[in-house]
Amino acid sequence: MSTKEIAGAVVNVDEEGFLTDPAQWTEAIAEAMAAELGLTLTEDHWKVVDFTRQDYQQTGEAPGLRRITKVGGVPTKQLYKLFPKGPAKKIARIAGLGKPTGCI
Amino acid sequence: MKKLLILGAGTAGTMVANKMHHMLDPDEWQITIVDQHETHYYQPGFLFIPFGIYGKNDVIKPKRNFIPAGVKMIVSEITMIEPEKNRVRVAKDNRYLGYDFLVIATGTHPRPAETPGMAAGEWHKSIFDFYTIEGATALARHLRGWQGGRLVLNIVDLPYKCPVAPLEFIFLADWFFQEKGLRDRIDLTLVTPLPGAFTKPRAAKLLGNILQDKNVNVVPDYYIERVDPEAKKIISYEEDEVPYDLLVTVPVNMGAEVIGKSGLGDEMNYVPVDKHNFLSKKFDNIFALGDAANLPTSKAGSVAHFAVEIFTENFLRYIDGLDMLQKFDGHANCYIESGFGKGILIDFNYDVEPLPGKFPLPGVGPFSLLQESEMNHWGKMMFRWMYWNLLLKGKELPIAAQMTMAGKWQ
Ligand SMILES: Cc1cc2nc3c(=O)[nH]c(=O)nc-3n(C[C@H](O)[C@H](O)[C@H](O)COP(=O)(O)OP(=O)(O)OC[C@H]3O[C@@H](n4cnc5c(N)ncnc54)[C@H](O)[C@@H]3O)c2cc1C
Repeated sequence: MSTKEIAGAVVNVDEEGFLTDPAQWTEAIAEAMAAELGLTLTEDHWKVVDFTRQDYQQTGEAPGLRRITKVGGVPTKQLYKLFPKGPAKKIARIAGLGKPTGCI
Repeated sequence: MKKLLILGAGTAGTMVANKMHHMLDPDEWQITIVDQHETHYYQPGFLFIPFGIYGKNDVIKPKRNFIPAGVKMIVSEITMIEPEKNRVRVAKDNRYLGYDFLVIATGTHPRPAETPGMAAGEWHKSIFDFYTIEGATALARHLRGWQGGRLVLNIVDLPYKCPVAPLEFIFLADWFFQEKGLRDRIDLTLVTPLPGAFTKPRAAKLLGNILQDKNVNVVPDYYIERVDPEAKKIISYEEDEVPYDLLVTVPVNMGAEVIGKSGLGDEMNYVPVDKHNFLSKKFDNIFALGDAANLPTSKAGSVAHFAVEIFTENFLRYIDGLDMLQKFDGHANCYIESGFGKGILIDFNYDVEPLPGKFPLPGVGPFSLLQESEMNHWGKMMFRWMYWNLLLKGKELPIAAQMTMAGKWQ
C-alpha cells in the first residue's frame, strides 16, 4: 500500500489510487479526485456521491449502478452523463471507497 | 414439534433437506420443503445443450427422488413470506406454513424483460439465453441450421450465476463451429460489463489469452441499455452500438420476486446476510443459502455446497443457543470447459484469487489449477454424476468446505 498527498491531506491508496480507508475521505478530497478525472462536481454529482457514501455506511459495499439507479433514484443514463466512461469506478473513486470488485 | 421450513428445492435447498434430515431428531423436528416445480434441472448441463452434447433428458430428474422420505415436500409457488409472523403463504390451497426457522434457497433467475427490446418479438428467434431449459433447447434448434454471421454474447449486468459460463459458451462455440467447418464464416464477440474476460487478475489474464488464441473479439466495460431487435443491434448507455446476427444474452439475474415482495431483499431481490454464517441481517431465525443470498462471491453450485456444509454445523449449535463457530470464507471451485476436450479449474475465496497449482491433492492433482488440461474436462463431465449421486443427497465429497493454500503456488 502507498500513500498520496491530495487536497492537503496524506491518505492511503491502492496501486490505482483508490482510497483504501474510507474514513480518510473529505469533501475536499472528493473535489480533488474529481478534478484528476477532469470533472467538476455539481449538485447532481454530489447527490450521487452522497448516496453512495451513505449506502456504503449501511451495507459495507460500494453500490453498483443498478443500485444507485433503483435505490438512489438517479437514472443510469444520467450517471453516464455525469461520470462518463465507467461511472461505477469513477463514483467509487470520488466517494473515497475502494475499487468496486464487481463481485463474481 | 419444532418446524424447519426450507423455501426452494434446488441445489442448496435439497442439500439442506438431506443434511438436516440426517442430523435433526425426527421426534423433535418437522422439516418441510417447498418448490414450485416437480422437476430438478441440472443447470450446469444447460451449457452443453445448445451444442447438442446434452439433450433435455440429460439434465432433468424428479425432485422427489432427492427429498428423503421423512421430509414433507409441497409443490407450490411461494407467494409471501411474513417474517414478523413466522409464516409463509403458498399458492396451493392458499395455505400458511408456520416455522421456527426458515431457510431461503430460492436461487436467482434470468430476467430478460428488464432490458428493453430483449424479450419482445425476436426472443428465441434471433435472441437467445442458455440459462433456462427453454432458452438452451431453442438455441440448440437454431444452431443446427445456422449458416454463420456475427454471434454476439452479451452479459447484461453483474452479478449473474456461474460467472464462467459465458466464457465456456464462447469456447464451446469456437469448437462447435470448427467441427462443422463454419468457423471462418463466424465472427465471435464477447460484450461484457467487466474490464476483461474475468474479474480476478490472474484468471482474467489466462482466460483473456485463450479468447485471443481462439480469435474471439472482446468488447469490455460495456453496459447495455437496450436491444433494437429489428435493426439487430445492442445499444449501451453511452450509445455504443454492437450489431449482431445472433444474440446470445446472459440477462439480468435477480432473486425470486417473492423475496422482494416480502421486503426481505435488496434491489436485486437478494437477501442481505452475514457473509460468514448466512444469518439474515434482519431476522434471527432466517437464513439464506445459495444464489438467493447477497454474498460477495460467485453464485455457483460449488459455493452453495460449501456454504451448506458450514451452515449445517453452525445450525446444530445455533438451535441450542450456542455460538456459530464455523466461518464461511467464500470458497468457490469451478471447472471451465475450454473446448476440444479440455478444461481449466479455478479455486478461490473472498480473499484469495484463483492461483495455479494442483487439486485436490497438493502436488498430485489429478486436476490442474488455472491451466488447461484434458483431466479438467473429465472433472467437469464427471461433475454431473457427482451432482446427482453425492452432492444433492448431502453425501461427503472429497473437497473441504474451506479453501486451502496447500497445492497452490503464488
Ligand atoms: C448455464 C449454467 C451453468 C452453470 N454451471 C455451473 C458450474 O459449472 N458449476 C457450478 O458450481 N455451478 C454452475 N451453475 C450455477 C448453479 O446451477 C447454481 O448456482 C445453483 O443451482 C444454485 O442453487 P440454489 O439452490 O441457490 O438455486 P436453484 O438451484 O436455482 O434453486 C432455486 C429453487 O427455488 C425455486 N423457487 C424460486 N422461487 C420460488 C417461488 N416463488 N415458489 C416456489 N419455488 C421457488 C425454484 O423453482 C428452484 O427450484 C450454472 C448455472 C447455469 C444457469
